[in-house]
Amino acid sequence: MSFRKPSVLPGFGLTFGFTTFFLSAIVLLPLAALVLAAASMPWSELIAVVTSPRALASYRLSFGASALAATINLVFGFIIAWTLVRYEFPGRKLIDALIDMPFALPTAVSGIALTTVFARHGWIGRYLEPLGIHVAYTTLGITLALTLISMPFAVRSMQPALLEVQRDLEDAAETLGAGRFYAFRRIILPTVLPALLTGFTLSFARAVGEYGSVIFIAGNLPMKTEITPLLIVIHLEQFDYRGAAALGVVMLLMSFVVLFTINLLQAWNRQRHVRAAH
Amino acid sequence: MAARLPRPPALATLQGDAATRPGQNTWGAAIVRGLFITVSLTFLAALLIAPLATVFATALSHGLEAYLVSFADPDTRSAIRLTLITAAVVVPINTVFGLAAAWAIAKFEFNGKSVLITLIDLPLAISPVISGMVFVLLFGLHGWFGVWLQRHDISVVFALPGILLATMFVTFPYVARELIPLMQQLGNDEEEAAITLGAGGWITFFKVTLPKIRWGLLYGVILCNARAMGEFGAVSVVSGHIRGLTNTMPLHIEILYNEYNFVGAFAVASLLTMLAGLTLVVKTLVERARAAHGA
Repeated sequence: MSFRKPSVLPGFGLTFGFTTFFLSAIVLLPLAALVLAAASMPWSELIAVVTSPRALASYRLSFGASALAATINLVFGFIIAWTLVRYEFPGRKLIDALIDMPFALPTAVSGIALTTVFARHGWIGRYLEPLGIHVAYTTLGITLALTLISMPFAVRSMQPALLEVQRDLEDAAETLGAGRFYAFRRIILPTVLPALLTGFTLSFARAVGEYGSVIFIAGNLPMKTEITPLLIVIHLEQFDYRGAAALGVVMLLMSFVVLFTINLLQAWNRQRHVRAAH
Repeated sequence: MAARLPRPPALATLQGDAATRPGQNTWGAAIVRGLFITVSLTFLAALLIAPLATVFATALSHGLEAYLVSFADPDTRSAIRLTLITAAVVVPINTVFGLAAAWAIAKFEFNGKSVLITLIDLPLAISPVISGMVFVLLFGLHGWFGVWLQRHDISVVFALPGILLATMFVTFPYVARELIPLMQQLGNDEEEAAITLGAGGWITFFKVTLPKIRWGLLYGVILCNARAMGEFGAVSVVSGHIRGLTNTMPLHIEILYNEYNFVGAFAVASLLTMLAGLTLVVKTLVERARAAHGA
């Protein structure tokens, strides 16, 4: 038995067997069915489906709006994480707990609530509409919804890194005459860079597959405000299973690329910590 | 690993030195501080607090009575019932799975462990629409087993089994992901001592391991429950949206909302919002208990 190291503890066979069986039955086999369904299509048809103008427009929107949302979260997530870590103010603990709200809140609720707030007569929409800013049923609305649901991932990735910034180094830099911004750029930014990138990537990963909160605020117009997950649903509703599977595989591959990136970033982060410890 | 929410740090531990640090009382520092707090609060107020407040404001916009009456609607009641049934089936199953996976992964060293962990995380990285679609491809009318199921008069898709499967898929990693790092961190010493002293495996699990991991387990279970009750995309794909029959609460919200029944839609949404709030409260309590007990 070189497969596992010997141990006095019992239950390996039972728990390992149950885990792999259940994982295969619920997750792996269904995903294999998806890949097989797409693979059973003739290549020409597969290419035609995944590169149709409507599909390409949906990728552009899904990936573009998700990248934009992740960028917004990179900036505002950093500001929020910094505020929570560095400053004491009334209600800080409450705000800190609320950061997880978009994660705990069902996406359908986020969707209808955000649409109501930013619609023409909504609390915020009514002030934006006269300025010519239309949020509901536009790309801007999609971006806002994606920003909301992926915000906790950015803030929670950055908080621990900001905690670790060595403030004595910062103080030393300032004592030696470094300006505040110079100290930020040379001391803080290098320390938190991996965390910033991880936050960005996690936000992007969460946003790109999102469906529930987006469909309420997007106009869902083909070629304009139709995200890829919605296009998949439309294919399914027309019983075009193969077309849906083909688009599903595109999204699946994208998820794997993002996952791989996250793992690389986290490995980089760990490596830096090991080096810093020596 | 996957798109899993990183754990927040314990904020209370680092404060306290701010007031005494040199350079903290300058004008520049005060302006930066004010700016950061203002930007943070404005961003959260617009994007998070306003939508949350809107849920309750719209639900109660026609008065408390209209709010309560909306729960008398039989379709709303059946949606609530279906959501409760779904969570009651899915959460215990995924809890047992999470415990089994954590025991196998944290207590033993074996080849391919990191691959197994990554595979368990997989559902977190996949679009909910895909999570639902895989079951349509398997069990739908034009799916792999569609004809066989139809011949035997079994409906999976557009029925309860499909909803359960899709929910199980999306909530699959929650308990396991919470327990694996916790049990790895706690180590095997106490379990090994118990076994060496003659305790059986089950006794060791219930008397030694379970008390140590109970807070982490509770946290995993409530997260799993929140996601199970709130899942929209995956369930939407498999449910078929049959009113009063295969509509869960999130799906029923969509229907009411699209029918311009805003009071009804936001009344159901208010229940799910309260559930999310409760989830966060339990999470905060669990974190506090962990900080106090060190595990």
